[in-house]
Amino acid sequence: MATETHGVSREAVGSGTLASSTGVWMLVGLAILLAAPFVLYPVFLMKVLCFALFACAFNLLIGFAGLLSFGHAAFFGGAAYITAHTVKVWGLSPELGILLGAAFSATLGLVFGMLAIRRQGIYFAMITLALAQMIYFMALQLPFTHGEDGIQAVPRGMLFGVIDLTQPLAMYYTVLVVFLFGFIVIWRTVHSPFGQVLKAIRENEPRAISLGYRTDQYKLLAFVLSAALTGLAGGTKAIVFQLATLTDVQWQMSGEVVLMTLLGGMGTLFGPVIGAALVVTLENYLAATNLPVPVVIGTIFVVCVLLFRRGIVGEIIARMRSRRG
Amino acid sequence: MSTIFGIPPQALFGQLLLGLINGSFYAMLSLGLAVIFGLLNVINFAHGALYMLGAFVAWLLLTQLGLGYWWALALSPLIVGAFGVVLEKLFLSRLYKLDHLYGLLLTFGLALIVEGAFRHFYGVSGQPYPIPRELTGGQNLGFMFLPNYRGWVVVASLVVCLGTWFAIERTRLGAYLRAATENPVLVQAFGINVPVMITLTYGFGVALAGLAGVLAAPIYQVSPLMGSNLIIVVFAVVVIGGMGSILGAVLTGYSLGLLEGLTKVFYPEASNIVVFVIMAVVLMIKPAGLFGRER
Repeated sequence: MATETHGVSREAVGSGTLASSTGVWMLVGLAILLAAPFVLYPVFLMKVLCFALFACAFNLLIGFAGLLSFGHAAFFGGAAYITAHTVKVWGLSPELGILLGAAFSATLGLVFGMLAIRRQGIYFAMITLALAQMIYFMALQLPFTHGEDGIQAVPRGMLFGVIDLTQPLAMYYTVLVVFLFGFIVIWRTVHSPFGQVLKAIRENEPRAISLGYRTDQYKLLAFVLSAALTGLAGGTKAIVFQLATLTDVQWQMSGEVVLMTLLGGMGTLFGPVIGAALVVTLENYLAATNLPVPVVIGTIFVVCVLLFRRGIVGEIIARMRSRRG
Repeated sequence: MSTIFGIPPQALFGQLLLGLINGSFYAMLSLGLAVIFGLLNVINFAHGALYMLGAFVAWLLLTQLGLGYWWALALSPLIVGAFGVVLEKLFLSRLYKLDHLYGLLLTFGLALIVEGAFRHFYGVSGQPYPIPRELTGGQNLGFMFLPNYRGWVVVASLVVCLGTWFAIERTRLGAYLRAATENPVLVQAFGINVPVMITLTYGFGVALAGLAGVLAAPIYQVSPLMGSNLIIVVFAVVVIGGMGSILGAVLTGYSLGLLEGLTKVFYPEASNIVVFVIMAVVLMIKPAGLFGRER
């Protein structure tokens, strides 16, 4: 398993020299995100933020623990269904609905994780994909998900009973807070002792075991954390778009998040955000043209894998490093 | 004998036959995946798309050139296999030194391109493909009615699977292949052209998918989406069986098809997910798969 992904991400995580510039970039990014809804269409921005959190959560697994999950759509779409159902049918407030969605995904992540970490590498990807397909078929057949129609017209409601989420700006800043919360959790995780052990497992699992770490428990915890944050993104998306459908649980969605992360840069903190923004923008643009979306997405996949494995942010970091010597 | 466990025998055997047909396709596809994985260490995500391509080539041969089923049975796997050789030469061969996950991601992208292109040009609705004249009609077996074409599919897939097993386990070429799976560098040192062997192996595995596509065309409609949902079930089959043995992959394919058929009779709501549930159970009991070995 010791190959390029790992080499790249090891550089990209940035210790020491790049740490201060990371802080600067974070402030710049935050300023842009705060000002953005006055320039760009808020619904588009909220979609970007939801997918950015989704991609960051996914990146926690592939980039920092070396686990490729091909089933993250189950957590994203599953949470969307739970949030939509609890808010619309049970009449819960949006924050409780989103929390329940994330809790559902965390539980599902625990079950999937316990099964999937029994195998490594390619098998891990296939197992997560197959388990997610099971969730897809359940979403297709269970009565509360309403099959092909999905759950529609979910009320946005009042956040904490005070903030009216039907106002676009209120909704936008709520999504921004959710995104920042998730991003900071991931940032703290990556830079914690736990994150260091994850990296050790990614680089050389037998050695991590020989040092006395119970690697399975670390991998499982990373998986659950990633699933929970993915659920947070999915639940928020259900409130923003007032909708939960089969699109969110389909395997294409799992592929899309892989692409966002790969394009932006696996194992970098900002890469998935950039990748998500690019892919969402591209899809918005393609929707207005006659070009077949899957063909374009597939082509980007092939080009990334063949020529551009470090992704955009990974490439920039590598350039900066080589310039500094 | 009017019912078995409260089910009319016609329905039971009918579903079992359907299960056996599905199992035939699982077996042929997981066999191809296992052969490719053995030598290339790549899980071919494009397998479902190439199965679809096989069916579409057959349909195009019929509608554009007027070439019938038997021509398609010979030509379509060749065309799909040649396409696979091109894919391997152009793309896959550049990735062997990297993490195996990149092979999965690349073939995923290729699958999206192939499927997306066919969807763009032919839409999502299925195109009917007629059963060849020689195989229309059926046999009354006393306890059930067996359509000739379905019987033919089961026999043909059995012959193909056993033939592949024989070629790999009992011939000299197969011995080279097995040796290269174990240690490619050493085999190359003995003067065998391993890169060409890898290319041809991928072509062969993919041709098997194309052949399965032609066999499937008259049963299911020819549709751009026919491969994508099937391939995920086949992945689960591969996880259950483990990729250690050829016969294991084949046997797992048929048994899971039959089990799926049985589930359709007794608890139809679960028929879509039964394979995945079995996968979860197998992972708990024997993580390496029924016929697999840890690697």
